[in-house]
Amino acid sequence: MTKNTKVKNFHQAKWDEPIIFELSTKGERGILFPEIEKEIEAIVGDGFSKLPKQMIRKQAPQLPELAQKQVLKHYLRISQQTLGADLNVDIGQGTCTMKYSPKINERFAGSPKFTALHPAQDESTVQGILEIIYKLDLFLREISGLDKFTFQPGGGGQAIFAMVSIIEAYHATNNEGEQRDEIISTMFSHPSDAAAPTVKGYKVINIYPNEDGLPDIEALKKAVSKRTAALLITNPEDTGIFNPKIKEFTDMVHKVGGLCGYDQANANGLLGITRAKEAGFDMCFFNLHKTFSSPHGCGGPATGALGVKEEISDFLPVPLVEFDGKKYYFNYDLPKSIGKVRAFYGAVPAILKAYSWIMSLGSEGLKEVSRIAVLNNNYLLKKVLEIPGASAPYAKGRHRIEQVRYSWEDLYNDTGVTTEDITYRMVDFGFHMWSSHHPFIVPQPFTLEPTEAYSKAEMDEYLAGLRRVVKEAHENPELVKSAPHRSVVHKIDHEPLDNPAKWAITWRAYLKKNKK
Amino acid sequence: MKKIGLIVNPIAGMGGTVGLKGTDGKAILEKAKRLGSKPQSAKRTKETLERLTFLKNDFELITYPGEMGERIAKECGFEPKVIGSIKTTETTATDTIQAAKEISALKVDLLLFAGGDGTARDIYNAIRNKTVVLGIPTGVKIQSAVFASNPMKGGDLVALFLQGKIKETKEAEVMDIDEEAFRTGFVSAKLYGYLTIPYEKQHVQRIKSGSSTNERYAQEAIAQDIIENMDDEYYYIIGPGTTTRPIMERLKLDFTLLGVDLILEKKLVEKDLSEQKILTYITGKRTKIVVTPIGGQGYIFGRGNQQISSKVIREVGKDNIIIVATKQKINSLNGQPFLTDTGDKEINQLLSEHVIVITGYHNKVVYRISY
Amino acid sequence: MEEKKKFVHPYIPNSVPEIKAKMLKEIGVKDIDSLYEDIPESLKFKGELNLPKPMLSEYALERHVMQILAKNQTCQENLSFLGGDCWQHHVPAICDEVNRRSEFLTAYAGEPYEDHGRFQSLFEYASMMGELLEMDVVNVPTYDWGQAASTAIRMAGRITSRNEILIAKSISPDRLKIISNYCNPVVSIKLVEYDLKTGQLDLDDLQAKISSKTAGIYFENPSHLGTIDGQGQIISDIAHKNGALCIVGTDPISLGVLTPPINYGADIVCGDVQSLGIHMQYGGGLAGYIATRDEEQYVMEYPSRLFGITHTSVEGEWGFGDVTYERTSFHDRVDGKEFIGTCSALWGITAGVYLALAGPQGMQELGQLILQKSQYAMKRLSEIKGVKIPFPNSPHFKEFVVDFKESNKTVKQVNKSLLKKGIFGGKDISAEFQELGNCAVYCITEIHTMEDIDRLVQALDECLNKEK
Repeated sequence: MTKNTKVKNFHQAKWDEPIIFELSTKGERGILFPEIEKEIEAIVGDGFSKLPKQMIRKQAPQLPELAQKQVLKHYLRISQQTLGADLNVDIGQGTCTMKYSPKINERFAGSPKFTALHPAQDESTVQGILEIIYKLDLFLREISGLDKFTFQPGGGGQAIFAMVSIIEAYHATNNEGEQRDEIISTMFSHPSDAAAPTVKGYKVINIYPNEDGLPDIEALKKAVSKRTAALLITNPEDTGIFNPKIKEFTDMVHKVGGLCGYDQANANGLLGITRAKEAGFDMCFFNLHKTFSSPHGCGGPATGALGVKEEISDFLPVPLVEFDGKKYYFNYDLPKSIGKVRAFYGAVPAILKAYSWIMSLGSEGLKEVSRIAVLNNNYLLKKVLEIPGASAPYAKGRHRIEQVRYSWEDLYNDTGVTTEDITYRMVDFGFHMWSSHHPFIVPQPFTLEPTEAYSKAEMDEYLAGLRRVVKEAHENPELVKSAPHRSVVHKIDHEPLDNPAKWAITWRAYLKKNKK
Repeated sequence: MKKIGLIVNPIAGMGGTVGLKGTDGKAILEKAKRLGSKPQSAKRTKETLERLTFLKNDFELITYPGEMGERIAKECGFEPKVIGSIKTTETTATDTIQAAKEISALKVDLLLFAGGDGTARDIYNAIRNKTVVLGIPTGVKIQSAVFASNPMKGGDLVALFLQGKIKETKEAEVMDIDEEAFRTGFVSAKLYGYLTIPYEKQHVQRIKSGSSTNERYAQEAIAQDIIENMDDEYYYIIGPGTTTRPIMERLKLDFTLLGVDLILEKKLVEKDLSEQKILTYITGKRTKIVVTPIGGQGYIFGRGNQQISSKVIREVGKDNIIIVATKQKINSLNGQPFLTDTGDKEINQLLSEHVIVITGYHNKVVYRISY
Repeated sequence: MEEKKKFVHPYIPNSVPEIKAKMLKEIGVKDIDSLYEDIPESLKFKGELNLPKPMLSEYALERHVMQILAKNQTCQENLSFLGGDCWQHHVPAICDEVNRRSEFLTAYAGEPYEDHGRFQSLFEYASMMGELLEMDVVNVPTYDWGQAASTAIRMAGRITSRNEILIAKSISPDRLKIISNYCNPVVSIKLVEYDLKTGQLDLDDLQAKISSKTAGIYFENPSHLGTIDGQGQIISDIAHKNGALCIVGTDPISLGVLTPPINYGADIVCGDVQSLGIHMQYGGGLAGYIATRDEEQYVMEYPSRLFGITHTSVEGEWGFGDVTYERTSFHDRVDGKEFIGTCSALWGITAGVYLALAGPQGMQELGQLILQKSQYAMKRLSEIKGVKIPFPNSPHFKEFVVDFKESNKTVKQVNKSLLKKGIFGGKDISAEFQELGNCAVYCITEIHTMEDIDRLVQALDECLNKEK
């Protein structure tokens, strides 16, 4: 059956759309603002007279000039040249947890009852949104087993940074700030787990995977000491292999006085299955734009919901949202707080959408999400391994949680076709297969994550795409290597992007460097 | 038009298939032939050249006559420029050296050579770092890091180099193993020198140039970390290699790239020490060893740094060994552990465990040593 | 294990039991539990999560969430004068139309081929911001102004190899909290006083505090107190003379009328684009920008993604990609500059749409409108008995401080009284700027009509002078 699934005779929209500056016609207007009242003008004049001369802008900004419909058309066209998750079988952006972001939640987020709220409004006027923030906190406490959440971090990276800030404040409070200057992570954890600590001046020790693809407890033993401030770790890591010894890891770090932070940016296979608390973590974070369905928005707005155990909740950023039985209110009274990591209360639309998503599923539904995500992943694993040239390094014959890091090494050895080539050829069939697989320990890597949102038929369609490209790699490698052929644009010249004399990050820079 | 040189050592690898661990010297070659060995080099070179046929019209191939390159090049559809002369098929090291010198003199962009460690050594003797080279592994002994991981990948690497997608180069170790000893089960490898090879970054994102995080940058960061933590109470034995080189450079000390140097209080005690000399200095003194894996196989001890012998290691103590390596170098081992071959089983066993490796400034990893 | 009952959820296609069975058979296991073989029993969560009963029908869900949201009272239903890091401006319909498109809303990290439009829209955003700022390098947006300022400061630290920063005390207190946490313990912060009469930076204090350790001076213009500082060139000269950088935070909507900071010597400019066509969303509409000149040492220190324009193998086709991708921590983990991840890209796209709609004339007219209206409001408010405007002779843009000291009422009391009249009074800063006393910051934008301002004046007069 599945062998016969056909790949689509796809072609992406191609408008050959110019850069917006090229569409400019002098004098056109896209929007008009209110006229100034004559009475006001009579009193204050043109408004400029109060400004110091040197502060008045001499020349109007060289923005493009377009009428309204022309702006709309331009942006709708370039939107069509973007392959959103709503439009494709988005299982190729592994680790990103591309799932369905329900449209009903967009209706809530677009309601003026939400959009027109200013963050400094009186508490009495925002009881609705505070209730949502507070209740999502309660839900996540239940899902993680931890005791208090903040939604301030605007993404996974910032959540990790907030964790590191708490780690630092915690040890400083115990007068061990100087002594504990090392943070331990693993090579297969998210790179931000190692990058964020260096912002705070920490030294980082990374653990390489053993032959099972897991960090070894013996390796951890080597890494821990009284200099250990914390362990930051993902489980399962990007390989999708669950580390069964995780409790031993946290125990070992606690024994030397360190804290344990769980990077659960992607927890899609574990809802209601296993929790941060039982694995011994002091902190964890969930990306609401991954597991909890808030849309990715081309890369944000997003939220890294950060939860902690009671003992360290005093270190959380301010304010926290509390409930006194009658009304919701802000608690700024946290003397040990790290302060703030993001303005106000975080990316609130993501909070609202995650709340609604959980309310649409409940306990049983959340568990079903994870169980199906895992079912889908293992089905896909089985089928991918049937494709000649594809392999799944480590943990042979075992099942994986929500994603797998595969390798095209064998195919590459046979045909010279690389992951990068295949990525671009998959585009010709309307699929992503993205190319960021840090830290590149697995040769010719690709990572697939078929969340609960995709049907068997859709996975079969993606598999048919992979099989087709592999066949082409053998029969006509040049076709693959010169892809994409049916996307928006053709092979990009990367050279100018790395050359300071040629790179152009804005149109004005481009014009300066490419004077005719 | 770009120019690629090609030198095939036709007899390389003949000893391997019949268990002779190398083909250096005429007597061994005769023995190999008697045992029924067939030439390996040409076949494997073909795998490399086939990956380049699509660029056939974009570069000029320059090679030596007959079995030294001409035949296989033509078989793959190239029309090479053939220079020099050889006597029949029985080529020797002299032929390789001569060919390398002549081809290098023609200012080729890259010299491709097929052979093993012995061939690499001959190439090194002929041209040092005058020309960018790349080895096609066809020999029995492949301890040197100047070889592509297999012939086909070598072809792909050359293609990228020809297309300008790889512009960076790096220095890679040429190792020299005493074959006679190797045959009797004992490996005695010396770090012979460095050849310049194209440097392919380990990522699939895009082949990039002009980046800020290259091998050299990582080595500098390692040196900064080591120097910052130096304890003046200790002697530091600095092992050979390009990874340890910036330590000596930053301290503005005279040093040997291929030998072992000793410093105290950030001053040079003596350079290029023998095992005996080292022991004379450090016996009874507090000492640390700074070493980096040598060659393409990840040897920490026993390849190219035999001066740091099991006796020295025993004297210094396991806990005073500082291992440094760039992440690129570790990743290139594809998960294989670091190795030790000190010739002392007890020491090898003692060292076989997880170790901390300094990979950058304030940046370490935990990796495994085996033997 | 037999599935308890048929639970088929609209978001989970493969929850259909027959499909499940088929897939399990294909995998070769008897149930889903056996796929979790690697999770030890001791770590498995037993029992049910204590969550509310789900709203399985979409109608029930809509009713439920809308009922909660109905408890909010909005700035649309009331008359709001709140500003300070989040502002109520008009949001053009086209902005919403574009950022609600499925294509943009649900895209993430595709390649510059199938996601060409994502790259183009963000390149255009950076390009239009570049025109507004007259700077050649603008990043893909970071989280918010606080992060943008923090990163700008850390960039300055790396560029100058120094680790002390001077910050004008008139900065947003929330932002200072973010910066403090981001810098601690690597970069130390010294605050520079502002002149209590003018709101402008105290140059004597700056001279006293700047030294060869100073990586940069950061000030906001207009400041959090609403004042415009005309001493920009003097400040940047002092910074440069000491080998430090000049970093300026600015609200881009002011730049239709105010000169961009590069013209008075700024090396790095940062701020938030929320004012450019993005709904307030209870503070969820923030997105930070960082801009510099096109110099390699600056570009290399950005942790953010920078999208560049290039060509493709087909004549006349535009292509895009990451400029010097390896700056980012994605490549070499800790050797990269700070960390990077999902931030606020969609708001960047939206701000681009806004700038394209407004155009040069629109930005100028809008800026002028705000200047006139805020000046009118300041004048009218200053006429109320019990109200003083602390920096009356300083130029302002859209915000200004209002002092209620003479009325003997706290800001809290005033705002409570205004709230009863359907007015959200200015943001209370009496705790954060104690040196100013009993003050609030009022914000006037193009959405306020003369009638609105007059209504505020009347309401304030009533509450200060007519109510007990």
